[in-house]
Amino acid sequence: MKENKLNQQVNSEDTEIVTSSGMDLGEKERAGSFFQQDNEIRFTRSLLNGVDILGTQEALKQYPEFREYLGKNFRLLGKAYPQDTEGGYFIRVKKGQTVALPVQTCLFLKARGFNQKVHNLIIVEEGAKVYLITGCSASKAAHEAFHLGISEFFLQKNSYLNFTMIHSWKEDISVKPMSIAVLDEGATFISNYVCLKPVKEIVMYPTAILRGQGARASFNSLILSHPGSLQDIGSRVVCQAENTQAEIISRAVSLGGKIIARGHLKAENKNTKAHLECHGLILSEKGCISAIPELETDYRDVDLSHEAAIGKIRKEEIDYLCARGFSEEQAQSVIIRGFMDVDILGLPELLRKEIDELEQKTLKGSL
Amino acid sequence: MIKIKNLSVEVSGRTILKDIQLDIPKGQILVLFGPNGSGKTTLIRSIMGFSGYQIHRGEVLFKGKNLLALSLEERVRLGLGIMYQHPPKIRGVKLHQIARHLCKDENKIRELAERLDLKDHLDRDINLDFSGGEMKRSELFQLILQDADFLLLDEPESGVDLENISLMGKALNDFLGQKEKSALIITHTGHILDYLKAERGCVLMDGKLWCMGDPKEIFQNIRTLGYEHCKVCHERK
Repeated sequence: MKENKLNQQVNSEDTEIVTSSGMDLGEKERAGSFFQQDNEIRFTRSLLNGVDILGTQEALKQYPEFREYLGKNFRLLGKAYPQDTEGGYFIRVKKGQTVALPVQTCLFLKARGFNQKVHNLIIVEEGAKVYLITGCSASKAAHEAFHLGISEFFLQKNSYLNFTMIHSWKEDISVKPMSIAVLDEGATFISNYVCLKPVKEIVMYPTAILRGQGARASFNSLILSHPGSLQDIGSRVVCQAENTQAEIISRAVSLGGKIIARGHLKAENKNTKAHLECHGLILSEKGCISAIPELETDYRDVDLSHEAAIGKIRKEEIDYLCARGFSEEQAQSVIIRGFMDVDILGLPELLRKEIDELEQKTLKGSL
Repeated sequence: MIKIKNLSVEVSGRTILKDIQLDIPKGQILVLFGPNGSGKTTLIRSIMGFSGYQIHRGEVLFKGKNLLALSLEERVRLGLGIMYQHPPKIRGVKLHQIARHLCKDENKIRELAERLDLKDHLDRDINLDFSGGEMKRSELFQLILQDADFLLLDEPESGVDLENISLMGKALNDFLGQKEKSALIITHTGHILDYLKAERGCVLMDGKLWCMGDPKEIFQNIRTLGYEHCKVCHERK
């Protein structure tokens, strides 16, 4: 199962697709990798002692003490989750470890009509810090396939996780990620989501529970919706402990598809602060964006806010750029690319640059 | 360089400019005064070719070409440049990105950004959270990089402190003077006149041009006698 080179595990006809979801197949600037095709885990490797990267089932065999983690966050919220999963990744960053280069994982759909169901466990131990980039994509042959990704994040005291998920599907793929993160005292969870390629349907509502004092979570999304796509995408943060902070920022552009941008911020303790921001651009008559923000609290000493704006590109902005020598077409493209600015994602420079390049390439092809 | 003949302009069905006649030769600066709502910005924006300004009648010739038949983009290519009074904020579009589109010489961009105290603004979203002075410096920065031949400046000094007016005034004067550029400048405060060699000024009121003469003299009269005097003075003449 485990060859010593990641690029040998990806069929040559799929290389471009896998790369477009953020995977560095040469592993030059990665601290470790995981690659699963359909239900087969084809590659796992950690390049650092302080980081375990394994398939979930194998990890739970090797480390029985982590078995209780499977479904733990769902039980905490009293939520059911599918049990019939095969594969998924287990990533554990040991206490105090700082992992400078990103860890990468890829969940790839290859076979026609395949139902991929994975369960991922991500454990960041006390004081540890890690960047994780997950690419989800589908081969040209994977018609009418389905991906269900359950992810449970455990952020222990004062840990830091910067998680970036890039969805690079195609028009006949349906996707349902289910994620719950639980943060202990002083932990930080930054979750970035990028979806620029067509997809049939995505329904997701990842949740972060800030149960330790001073914990902080932010969800940032860049969504491009193609004709025929339905993307029902939300984020929820529950500020359970005092002095916790949350932020949800989304930028949605519809080229003709339907986007439902949800957001839910709940303050269950005093001195909590949370902000929700959704901006949408509709570039086609057939496009549709619904922004559904929810703020909820029983407490007085909280600061919850939201702002949402949806519309077409302002003529004034196009005129301004035209007055600087851009053609009208160039001006529109510059505005859309700027609107989908990767700077809203809380990324380290290396990933920022990589994702910016991916985005520019995809947008250029789409607009 | 620019000749305006009998120009009448409507905005949302209302006539704003009536039979404007104006001639600004190469190397000349014309200062445009006028009370709020008199049509100064409409004149500048109509010359530039922005949407929403219906040319009812008249002609505008620039470098011998009929400007009104050209798109905004074509007018820019021909050498028209504008400095906005209230430029829009555009999220995610960086000042540096626009600068690079206007000028391929990165050294020139850096040097000018340094001179106009905009080094730290290059990587920021254009006009987003810029102060009034920063916006105006950024507008001037873009205009100089564009190397336009005819500059339309809409209140370049409004919202700018005296120190920055001096910084901008000197940079603008150097640019205009070096290359025999022409400009049409709207001003309310007159501060910019301290830095430029402007030979002519005129007053626009009720959509018409009322007076033509030495800009400093006109400005002094407006300060002491008000705009209404311009009408009286005009009628006397």
